[in-house]
Amino acid sequence: MADRIEKCIELRAPVSRVWRALTDYREFGEWFHVKLEGPFEPGKIARGRITYPGYEHVVWEATVEVVEPERLFSLRWHPYAIDPNTDYSSEPTTLVEFRLEPGGEGTVLHLVESGFESIPLGRRFEAFRMNERGWGIQIANIAQYVDQPA
Amino acid sequence: MSTSLPDPTSGARPAAIFAALGDETRLSLIEKLADGLPRSISRLTEGSPLTRQAITKHLRVLEDAGVVRSIRSGRESHFAFSAAPIEELRLYLDRVSAQWDAALGRLRSFVER
Repeated sequence: MADRIEKCIELRAPVSRVWRALTDYREFGEWFHVKLEGPFEPGKIARGRITYPGYEHVVWEATVEVVEPERLFSLRWHPYAIDPNTDYSSEPTTLVEFRLEPGGEGTVLHLVESGFESIPLGRRFEAFRMNERGWGIQIANIAQYVDQPA
Repeated sequence: MSTSLPDPTSGARPAAIFAALGDETRLSLIEKLADGLPRSISRLTEGSPLTRQAITKHLRVLEDAGVVRSIRSGRESHFAFSAAPIEELRLYLDRVSAQWDAALGRLRSFVER
């Protein structure tokens, strides 16, 4: 069992395209499902509301660490901070690093999220158990909606 | 998954679990205890080049991480494996990992379209 999460994917798009999707706050928001208030700036907090169904009550926050054009974009955040009634601010953060390099048919993206060894787990588990129930309700709502006669 | 999952690591940090698992002696102790049956320190020291004291020290590290528990039986301490903290940590990391798979999948559709 590793204390970090690592992913490596090849994308059929030029590095410049992937870089923009990662670091332009509007483009990031599109695929990450968060509506950010403003651009990413090193050392600054980026903030926005999650747009993913079932998580709209959650405010997303991350501190931008490194912006090294077309090579490295890194952020610190509180992973799985989805319980709006919990103040996570005094807790340790994880570091998320997106590294880009040309390769394959376009771009190789290497993602690392590290620092899980410092994250208190108990409340995270509570939060996602609660959310699991939230999802159950959402799915029931959708089922009800689509079952209605036209 | 129901609310019946034990929550022994509530508020605890996974550092202790990672540290506990990051040592060959401790891993081999967990292997010996993996069937869930309690064993005495003497039994756990058998076949090891380490002293009883050294094994006891390792067992205490595992106990502090919550992955083994000690049971007193007469004059001797027995130790048994507790799967819950490791299981909780693994489930949590699996969950975060699956979220990344989903997010990176959306990134792929976004940049490749």
